[in-house]
Amino acid sequence: MSRHEITLTVNGRRHTANVEARVTLVDFLRDDLRLTGTHTGCEHGVCGACSILMNGKPVRSCLIFAVQAADADIVTVEGLAPDPETLSILQDSFWETHGLQCGYCTPGMLIAARALLNETLSPTEEQIRDAIGGNLCRCTGYKPIVEAIKLASMRMRQSNEAGGKYAGAE
Amino acid sequence: MKAANFDYSCAASIDEACRLLAGANGEGRVIAGGQTLVPLLAMRLARPALLVDVNRIEELRGIELRAGVVAVKACTTQANALASEIVREKVPLLAKALSFVGHTQTRNRGTIGGSLANADPAAEICMAALALDCDIAARSAASERITPSAKFFQGAMTTALASDECLTEALFPIWKGEGRTGTGFQEVSIRRGDFALLAVAVQALFDDGVCRRIAIVVGGLGGAPVRVHAAAAPLVGTRLEPNDLSRAIAALQGSIEPQSDIHASSDYRRRVAGALLERAIAEARSDAAKV
Amino acid sequence: MPAPSEFRYIAKKRRTKEDRRFIAGAGNFAADRTIPGMLHVALVASPHAFARIVSIDAATALTLPGVKAMVTGEDFVRATEPLMSGLDVPKVRRYPLAVGLVRHVGEWVVAIVADSRALAEDAAELVDVEYEPLTPIMDPEAALDAGALVVHPDHGSNVLFRRKFVWGPVEADFRAAEHTLSFRTRWNRSSTVPLETFGALAAWNPATQLLDIWASVQMPKYPDQLARALRLPGNAVRVNFDVDVGGSFGVKRGLKHGVLVGHLARKLGAPVRFIEDRLENMRGGDAQGPDRIFDMGVAFDRNGIIRSLRIRALDDVGAHAGRAPLQLGKPVGAIVGPYRIGSVEYEAISVTTNKTPQEAVRGFGQSPTNFALETAVDRVAQALKLDRIEVRRRNLIRREEFPYTIPSGSTYDSGDYHTVLDKALARAGYDELLRRRDAVRDAGKLAGIGISCCLEPSGGNASFEPLFNPKNETTTWMEGCSIKIDLTGTIVASMGTSSSGQGHETLVATVIGEILERDPETVRVVHSDSLTAVPSNSPVGSRMAIMLGGAAAGAAKKLKAQMIAIAAHNLGLAPGVVVYNSGDVAASDDSARKIAWDGIVEIAHRKFHKLPPNTEPGLQVTHAWEVPTGGTLPTPDGRVQMYPCYAFEAHIVYAEIDRITGEVALRKYAVGHDCGTMINPDIVHGMVYGGIAHGIGAALYERFAYDDSGQLLSGSFMDYLIPSSHEVPDVEIVDHCTPSPLTAFGQKGSGEAGYLGAPAAISSAVNDALAPLGLNIASLPMTGPVLADLIAKTQGKTA
Repeated sequence: MSRHEITLTVNGRRHTANVEARVTLVDFLRDDLRLTGTHTGCEHGVCGACSILMNGKPVRSCLIFAVQAADADIVTVEGLAPDPETLSILQDSFWETHGLQCGYCTPGMLIAARALLNETLSPTEEQIRDAIGGNLCRCTGYKPIVEAIKLASMRMRQSNEAGGKYAGAE
Repeated sequence: MKAANFDYSCAASIDEACRLLAGANGEGRVIAGGQTLVPLLAMRLARPALLVDVNRIEELRGIELRAGVVAVKACTTQANALASEIVREKVPLLAKALSFVGHTQTRNRGTIGGSLANADPAAEICMAALALDCDIAARSAASERITPSAKFFQGAMTTALASDECLTEALFPIWKGEGRTGTGFQEVSIRRGDFALLAVAVQALFDDGVCRRIAIVVGGLGGAPVRVHAAAAPLVGTRLEPNDLSRAIAALQGSIEPQSDIHASSDYRRRVAGALLERAIAEARSDAAKV
Repeated sequence: MPAPSEFRYIAKKRRTKEDRRFIAGAGNFAADRTIPGMLHVALVASPHAFARIVSIDAATALTLPGVKAMVTGEDFVRATEPLMSGLDVPKVRRYPLAVGLVRHVGEWVVAIVADSRALAEDAAELVDVEYEPLTPIMDPEAALDAGALVVHPDHGSNVLFRRKFVWGPVEADFRAAEHTLSFRTRWNRSSTVPLETFGALAAWNPATQLLDIWASVQMPKYPDQLARALRLPGNAVRVNFDVDVGGSFGVKRGLKHGVLVGHLARKLGAPVRFIEDRLENMRGGDAQGPDRIFDMGVAFDRNGIIRSLRIRALDDVGAHAGRAPLQLGKPVGAIVGPYRIGSVEYEAISVTTNKTPQEAVRGFGQSPTNFALETAVDRVAQALKLDRIEVRRRNLIRREEFPYTIPSGSTYDSGDYHTVLDKALARAGYDELLRRRDAVRDAGKLAGIGISCCLEPSGGNASFEPLFNPKNETTTWMEGCSIKIDLTGTIVASMGTSSSGQGHETLVATVIGEILERDPETVRVVHSDSLTAVPSNSPVGSRMAIMLGGAAAGAAKKLKAQMIAIAAHNLGLAPGVVVYNSGDVAASDDSARKIAWDGIVEIAHRKFHKLPPNTEPGLQVTHAWEVPTGGTLPTPDGRVQMYPCYAFEAHIVYAEIDRITGEVALRKYAVGHDCGTMINPDIVHGMVYGGIAHGIGAALYERFAYDDSGQLLSGSFMDYLIPSSHEVPDVEIVDHCTPSPLTAFGQKGSGEAGYLGAPAAISSAVNDALAPLGLNIASLPMTGPVLADLIAKTQGKTA
């Protein structure tokens, strides 16, 4: 087994760590960096609970080894809010529509939604369902999540939040 | 589901990747996007001693238009291929196939080369490659070679690639000839984005309504995808009238050996293959007729 | 009873408190907690469906660096009590690990403990278990045969429970009826499969002789059962309920997990954590669900009135008893559905096979039962060539007939089924749907409309326990809540169970806010632990809105009375002539003469000299209460009041089916839902949406499939197919409110909403679509390939 020194940026902070090759990115985030907001639901790349943004793109962090993420720019759910006391418009919209219940799929949904809204602030329902099509939820039946994303897109179009960007978007 | 231990090396060049594979004496495995490989590692169904990461090799990224051929480098992500103007214009069947592949998140990491090298029986990219007579280039420390896709896909998860070879690029020939090319890709899966229960890929060249050339591939049969010449050849020179189509469907259904599994019976797959052939041909025909 | 609009906070739109931490990624799930020195568990699972364990050799495994220990079933036999079963089957013993025999593929055989999960898995691979395979029994009907192989040889047969109940003059009603029909329905094995697997962390403190447990659990009497199994006094086990559970929907019973880590923590003197991976979960965890065959007989008259039912329910519980067999008992409380059916014969049979054991699943058996009942109603309509809706109208209990007692002894508290059905039909645009369906059919395609009218019994009076096991005379189904107002005047309420997305904190805060007329935002609700909490029976049986809501209301009322008494005393008035308004108390004839909330708090906490005589200082109360209509044992012929409150749902579904692929596209979905007063509408609607998604999964996609040798073929998410955002359509809910006379605010439960009626409605739509082909399908799931193969057969071709 090999160990590797990696440096990567997570939610705007640089981290250097020494990791075993076989440690997945999700386990590294959760266990080494104590960012437990990203969850594992299957560990074989189907459920999407582990979704994060890597270099701006939504990916499944259970299917990436931490070593493969060297020099990457990672954003997790913890990086979506401007600060710990404030919520982003997207997160607040999930709260408004009750777009969650148990909260387990929620970080992945937020990441998928964030990625979609980075592409377009006027997504159609089809585009929304497609963006979260790789994220399973057992609680909500998806409708309140779709409504949250619609609400967020409307509010973001109208807000001063520059283009809906957030810490780490660049 | 934690993977068994392995050594990991990130190659900076194709040569380095090949050297590393050679040094691993058959116990090495290439990783690019990892969307197929990592679940196998997590379930300990694959246990390589060495993982050779090729995903940072610049020479393995990109899509080039060369003389009569679209070259898709192995580590081009599925997302980038789907978004590529060159692919949409010159290899539209590949673009259509890509729209059925997985989800946004898997396409952001999964690569064209990875899909070809893994050869899942229901992989849409493999079907498109076979339909288009794609040539697959691979390199090892000792040699470079190009394998036609007809020889490349040998069975379920089995290709012509040797354990010390790295797939470098896929060469998709662009159809030439008088007339208009149309494509059709039809798939049935249980859920959107799932592996195909059955899929049919068609590319056809129409000259004033007459079919001059047509390629038909069926995937999801349980083994390698199948290029069905028996169905395609008799269609050349016809106007694809109902009789012609019926014969083609019968020929296709007669020449495939679909497997049964917990999701669908072989009878189902055979029936659906016929229906999807009809739909794919109709799609190709109307695609060709578009201005 | 106030109408919903007359409440201040109840029934109003309100954000769910719990959501705030989840959207920030700050949930507190079982796998999120670490304790220094924590060790990790991985399991060695059986590859055989049925086999004798010949030997276990972990010598090599234990030599790996970082590997600390291994345990087998024998360790648990020595050190623990078997896990409790709800039935009287003392010879059907179960421990966290297999003992002597493995009885299903994936059964846990050896537990390895190591410094990390990865190391534990490395070691698990090196454990050498020698098995002597036996022939497994995989079919529940074969399991009934006298000569069948027996999964628990000491028990002597595969029958865990068998009883035939006869309520009313069934024989006579069948003879007198103008028509009868019979059919079988098959609910193949599926479950609610939460996204989070089960996780448990245990830490034993020898200095305080206390075992701490954090677990993602949803299980009544969990602390008690853990303590008994671990041979510890109850007050030596502290189950911490401030753990967020990532969905449970019934299944997370966690006894074997809790006993496993609890035992290991004490044995090894270190905290031990076990988080199931998905494979361990699907094959060997608390994951699988109902697997049921119904044989139905229906007696009815030419006008569609159903006189009597004969129901034989055979449930394949798998290799161990668990909680599953009791799921044949709960539906007794709604055995005739929402219909005025006069007599019922119900034979309930629970058998063991070599499959993974079922656990409790949302609805506790009601959904498969509703599926069978609604199929019966559709078949009656079909036989008589009557409209399916009209047949329902004729049989539905009428508004003026409530409270209505059904033959098996339960009384339905209230309802207005016809109105809810009408509302659902209107929301669905039923007439337009008919036109649309017929136009699509004219174009040669398959289309159908489905209907279901189903009950959601709620309140969790688990009379099925004594019903199915007369030795168990449990009739107490209580819930408690304690509230205090502290020195600063802020309110803290405490509940004694964990939650898995139902918004209980919001429920309690809203109820307390309503009674005390204080903004629910200012009420903090904490999940305490089993040592400090008032007893709770957990969120099961759609009981929390009723029971926790009632407990919180009761406690709040006590506090309010106390505050009024203190204020009145200090105003020099009798309590009857003061008015309480938003926490301030004033003379009813002079609003200037008042004491504000803060003043009352001051007096209560600091100014003993100003308290009325014989008043406790401070402001803290506990209220615990018994489930309404509870407290009675079943009669000898098995009649008993089951749950107290009956919510109702009417589903209308329009579907189109692709003839060749068999894919069912749900193009329109409307549901009328009546759970009385909705304390929080968003939370209730969320339950309905989610329950329908579960129902869609059970009806069209999900199946735990086994082959003849007992191998589980769908043991990961690659083959067990959970509906995504593409498979669950937009659902429209139309609410109705028929309050319950039994609860604090007229609320009924809604935790199982949607799931109880969706499979029936979708099956009804599929059957309507396939009726022109002469097909009747009564087996779930109805996947595309299954339907397509059936359709192809009718057209005389198989390929």
